[in-house]
Amino acid sequence: MVESSQNDNIEILTYSEVEEVGGYIGNFEVKIRKKARLVDLEKCTGCGTCYQKCPVKVPSEFDMEMGMRKAIYVPFPQAVPNVPVIDKEHCRMFTKGKCSICQKLCQADAIDYEQEDEIIEDKFGAIVVATGYDLFDASVYGEYGGGRFKDVISGLQLERLISPSGPTGGHIIRPSDGKEPKNVVFIQCVGSRDVEKGRPYCSNVCCMYTAKHAVLLKEHLPEVQTNIFYMDIRSPGKNYEQFVQRTMEQFGALYIRGRVSKIYQRGDKLIVKGADTLAACQVEVEADMVVLATGITARHDSKEVATKLGIPYDEFGFFTELHPKLAPIETVTSGVFLTGACQAPKDIPDTVASASGAASKVAALFSSDRMSMAPLVSTIDTSVCSMCKACMEVCPYGAIQEEEITLRDGTKKKQLTVLESVCHGCGACVSTCKSSCIMLRGMTDEQIFDELMAVAQ
Amino acid sequence: MIYQLNANVRNFGETISELSGVDISTCYQCGKCTAGCPVVMEMSHTPNQIMRLIQLGLKDEVLSSPTPWLCASCETCTTRCPKEVDIAKIMDTLRILALKEGYKRKEPNVVAFNKIFLDSIKNNGRLQETKLAMAFNFKTLQFFKDMMLGQKLFMKGKISFSGDAISGVDAVKAIFERSKGFLDKGER
Repeated sequence: MVESSQNDNIEILTYSEVEEVGGYIGNFEVKIRKKARLVDLEKCTGCGTCYQKCPVKVPSEFDMEMGMRKAIYVPFPQAVPNVPVIDKEHCRMFTKGKCSICQKLCQADAIDYEQEDEIIEDKFGAIVVATGYDLFDASVYGEYGGGRFKDVISGLQLERLISPSGPTGGHIIRPSDGKEPKNVVFIQCVGSRDVEKGRPYCSNVCCMYTAKHAVLLKEHLPEVQTNIFYMDIRSPGKNYEQFVQRTMEQFGALYIRGRVSKIYQRGDKLIVKGADTLAACQVEVEADMVVLATGITARHDSKEVATKLGIPYDEFGFFTELHPKLAPIETVTSGVFLTGACQAPKDIPDTVASASGAASKVAALFSSDRMSMAPLVSTIDTSVCSMCKACMEVCPYGAIQEEEITLRDGTKKKQLTVLESVCHGCGACVSTCKSSCIMLRGMTDEQIFDELMAVAQ
Repeated sequence: MIYQLNANVRNFGETISELSGVDISTCYQCGKCTAGCPVVMEMSHTPNQIMRLIQLGLKDEVLSSPTPWLCASCETCTTRCPKEVDIAKIMDTLRILALKEGYKRKEPNVVAFNKIFLDSIKNNGRLQETKLAMAFNFKTLQFFKDMMLGQKLFMKGKISFSGDAISGVDAVKAIFERSKGFLDKGER
């Protein structure tokens, strides 16, 4: 992030949202809303006085609500840019109308409560979608406490507990009473491979991050016993299987093959009632802490993003690539590329690979002034076209546009035209056109009839 | 033990799927049914093992297993199953099939109890607990079981030998008659 922010060719717009996308490959017109952070990006020096002195404390989203942040805050320590943002919902200037402590203390005079959203309109040649994913909300699992048990946490919460900059300064303790856990249960496939919860797919990353957590836990607390309930261990990456085996052999993790049916509280312990299908029996583990390996879901607003960009998405909200094997980065909209977990659950190596792929695709696109496309595109015979515009409605790529031309006698006339760089030659317009004035180049009616005649002879 | 698997391995599973309306091949053996089962400690095969044996087409092994008879039909397995497999319904189907095909009853008391229970409802339109307990004890040759307890309950007026049939017994009987041939007709 820091490296990118210092590159002259990269402009990072944080706290901003894409409002509207128009145009087509090479000529995208994008409207971006740069939201008011109420702190001047240019003036702020990142000294941190404002958030040290801010009197309002709010549960920190970055720390999975296990720690607190202020109403003026930098989301996390390595955030780029290192400029705080004011949370209007909680800031006393907005809830009570007075306070302005940060404004008074700011030596750079960077706080501006009146700042408003800024709209940026610009032209872009290509768009790479890297909107990431949301973590599955495990509270729909009533049998795992549904969020009632404090010591049933998600993998990401454990990650924050382990982190030196986390809410406990890197001490792994039970959220309920602050004691060190002795017996920890991990449950895999929470919100993955679960048809009943509407998530039939495998989240790809949980097997490996659970193994990592078991290792980290053992390194931090040598006395701890880790028990991992799994259905299958999916470790197909390079060196992944060896890592899992090491977790069992060197770090003493006990892998139990079976799902967990229920977690309930007995005293200050959590009783985990599961099965071991290999031994064909029920097992009960008296645990101090339970870590749910929650899966990956699409971003909550991915459908809106897809609509803005004109790209399709699947039933779970993941963006759909042009071809699952041969074009995993491209989308049906030329010039819009996908990378990372917005397309499907991906781990870090896969994400980096797809990001490199997308960057190369864009670089290749920009490297020449002309684009090479498949020659199968539609053409409109404008002398026959009645301008009913039925083709515009059916075109899934938005390749048919209206243009105004000037005739030889000086009068102006509107007509339809096909953007050849956008058209994929699907033929939807050809079969829709009532006056048969649209033809696929290379597959006109005459050519097809001739082919048939040749076959028939 | 070695099970012989032949080309007809899926036949039994398909029969069960047809009779129960539950697709056997859906089960991916996660074991959540076994994990939550309240009577699994009494079972010779755990619920997920039964599902697996059906998938392997081992009809004799499944239909002579006591597990379906020990199933309490509490439906915890069905509720928790991540693949929405109605395991309780499969246990039901296995019981019906085992009876129909004349498999040796591994838990005769369970069968006897169910029969007496249903007969009581069929004949009276309601359950008569005292008669049920007595009939069950006679049938299973435990003549003195619960005798002292029954006496106490009787003295306190908690149970009685009365408890007449309801007025619409014929309607209840009709329901029983109608449901008789369901399995043969393939209806559910």
